[in-house]
Amino acid sequence: MKKDSAEYAVEMIGISKSFGHFKALDNVDLRVHTGTIHALLGENGAGKSTLMKILYGLYSGDAGEIKIDGETVDIRNPKQAISHGIGMVHQHFMLVENMTIAENIVLGSEPTKSFGRLDRTMMNDMIRDFGKQYGLEVDPEEVIMDVSVATQQRVEILKALFRGVDILILDEPTAVLTPQEIDSLIVTMRSLVADGKTIIIITHKLKEIMAAADDCTVIRRGELIGTVRVSDVTERDLASMMVGREVRLTTAKDKAKPGERVMEIRNLTVKDARGIPQVRDLSMHVRRGEILAIAGVDGNGQTELIEAITGLRKSESGEILVNGVDIANGMPIDTHNAGIKTIHEDRHKRGLVLEFNVGENFILETYKEKRFSGHGPFISWKKVDDYAERLIEEFDIRPADCSMQPVRELSGGNQQKVIVARTVEQEPDLLIACQPTRGLDVGAIEFVRSALVEQRDQGRAVLLVSFELDEVLDIADRINVIYNGSMVADLDPEETDEQAIGLLMAGGGQ
Amino acid sequence: MRAWLAKALRRPMAAVVLALIIGFIIGTLALALGGYDPVKGFSYMFTGVFSSTNRIMQVIVDSVPIAMTGLAVAFAGRTGLFNIGAEGQFILGQITGAVIGFYVPMPPILHPLFIILCAFAVGGLYAGFAAWLKNRFNIHEVISTIMLNWIAYYFMIFIVNMKSVKVPGSQHSPEILDTAKINFFHRDFRTTAEGQALSESSPFLRPFIRTDAGYAIIIMLITALLLWLILKYTRLGYELRAVGYNRYAAEFSAMPVKRNALMSMFISGGVAAVGGAMLVMSTSYYITMLGTTEGYGWDGISVALIASNHPIGCVFAGLLYAALKFGGLEIQSRMRAPTEIINIMIGTLVLCIALAPALPRLAERLERKE
Repeated sequence: MKKDSAEYAVEMIGISKSFGHFKALDNVDLRVHTGTIHALLGENGAGKSTLMKILYGLYSGDAGEIKIDGETVDIRNPKQAISHGIGMVHQHFMLVENMTIAENIVLGSEPTKSFGRLDRTMMNDMIRDFGKQYGLEVDPEEVIMDVSVATQQRVEILKALFRGVDILILDEPTAVLTPQEIDSLIVTMRSLVADGKTIIIITHKLKEIMAAADDCTVIRRGELIGTVRVSDVTERDLASMMVGREVRLTTAKDKAKPGERVMEIRNLTVKDARGIPQVRDLSMHVRRGEILAIAGVDGNGQTELIEAITGLRKSESGEILVNGVDIANGMPIDTHNAGIKTIHEDRHKRGLVLEFNVGENFILETYKEKRFSGHGPFISWKKVDDYAERLIEEFDIRPADCSMQPVRELSGGNQQKVIVARTVEQEPDLLIACQPTRGLDVGAIEFVRSALVEQRDQGRAVLLVSFELDEVLDIADRINVIYNGSMVADLDPEETDEQAIGLLMAGGGQ
Repeated sequence: MRAWLAKALRRPMAAVVLALIIGFIIGTLALALGGYDPVKGFSYMFTGVFSSTNRIMQVIVDSVPIAMTGLAVAFAGRTGLFNIGAEGQFILGQITGAVIGFYVPMPPILHPLFIILCAFAVGGLYAGFAAWLKNRFNIHEVISTIMLNWIAYYFMIFIVNMKSVKVPGSQHSPEILDTAKINFFHRDFRTTAEGQALSESSPFLRPFIRTDAGYAIIIMLITALLLWLILKYTRLGYELRAVGYNRYAAEFSAMPVKRNALMSMFISGGVAAVGGAMLVMSTSYYITMLGTTEGYGWDGISVALIASNHPIGCVFAGLLYAALKFGGLEIQSRMRAPTEIINIMIGTLVLCIALAPALPRLAERLERKE
């Protein structure tokens, strides 16, 4: 039972947590008013996820006290957290991929007919209604692996609500969403709060905090910086609280001086695994010395387009000409040899070998080169190590002595820096960056975007695929809008705005 | 105390030590339940292994074939493949050893080297076939190699059963030529007056003369070292590990994922088959009609598991495994206790080691309670 008298839904007082010698949290306080959206802001590795994992019972704090609705509680595991009404939606979803949406939501408390048979009709109706009730509409019969990430997130939220939680923790909820989806998530959060729920969002996106949150607590390097009412501050205030210095929110760059076409795609058609064409008769080109951004809602063929370019997927028809040579239906090695290097959108699956150390990850694409060779078939780990140390210093990857550390242990931002460093170092003709700042904090975003601009300035072609319009408008020299597998517009960013692009992204241009 | 325990649990060897302790506890229970004195049993086991240099050497000799199959499984495992087919590849190695060892007369030294090369090629191609099936038709290597095991087993029976092969009045193939044997001392040397005198006068040479000890031990050690070097220091090993840990990232980095699977299985199968050939060349000298497989490949899976797929670890895991088996036989012969008791112990040991990933979590829990 919830007591209306409790001013705070959650109080965490004097929380400390160390991992070995590393102090992840040092005497941090967090007080969340009942029935509000509370943002927890901090750079990657600042300790905000750790704090929430303590609240959710995944870690235990070394010191400190937790109160829920004014009463001191001892939370040792997620099960206890749920029984205290706390639910968490993780950044990496935890869903059973080959089960339906409804099955995932009811998992553990399925409605049954006689002899324990699953009552599908009832389950599906129940979930349909349940979704409507919270404005989170889903088709209960769809299988998780076939639906978009936004829908998967909705399922995760519904799953938590279905277990009757009052306090919902969302870890980086907007990292995977399109602008429209973000707006609808904010609406959802508002209606949940109106319903008496309390929401804590872990994020480093200032804009969304301004749009959605009531209060904001800022953590930097494990220390509490402060809690503010969002209505009292500006985006810039929050940014400097988080980073500890003044930050630029836009990337500085000169006008592009585009050269000849590095890649030209003509009438490309690509089918997905189910045989449905996702890229339809698409044509585009990228020139030396420009950043071309592909804007579009997730699922409009971006993934298949990039897979076709990088040799992971066969195409049905059309050409992908790189410096005049057709690489369509080639292997990944052909793409590499053509001078295209790619920052993949899924850095854990495609970009890194998490068990490898940082040095080993640096040479993932270049290990055959002479500069890393010892005698005969041997790799010279000494040379690799020197190289790693140079890149770590040059790209300010932290911790500074991480060359022998498994890349798994690095923060997301630093993992991305490893990939960016590796890619840029190869001096590609065409650099493809897919969602390069997804899940990164302000400092790392600033870094990645300037790195892309710098590549452009060095005369390379840069192709940016991003679901974030801010990003597209910030660094693109030219914008192609993809809708339903085709390019529907070729725009100059200075002659367009967010609304116009948003409309094209939603298919309004046709 | 707790902190110390938690720290100890995070050590890589913790799983093996803990599993041994639990294995012995279960073994004690099994012995006691069977009505045997556990203290006596374990003292027999211990003295069975350590009471003489001959016995220690015998354990080392016994460890060679399972260390080889262990290395085979471990190498494939490092590259993300589960080679359950070490058994079949081992059997093909035995056949190769027995056939070339008898039918192809060659000068000494060259003869065993030729056999080893042939066995490596045969076992490698056999395992490589499983990798090809995986690459071409997406058939999982666990399924295909299990099937290939039975084909190899019945093929061996078929070969032994051939009129031209089977020694009349026996159930086995003819003994291989002396030129193909790789013992340090010929087996007949033990019973000659000269051999007896030498083993009496030289306690150092005695275990070499009185057991089947031979170059197989050295070859096994070299194999372990080579595999370790390949994995750790070469471009091939780097590729294989990358594919093993994350084939998607490896594919995206333009590594030849399929060719690596083929290469990994080829080497793995080759190593297992050389193990089989060396067993024939140093201990059995021929192949026999068997009611069931001897299980060297299966033991290899346990060895690789105990060694957590580390090639050097496989050498020690093979020794441990061989010692337990040898000591188990001692319990059987001295106390008339069934060998199953020792198998229960070994089973417990392997099971506990398989639980090793749970240990860091256990450590965390201990720390949490502080």
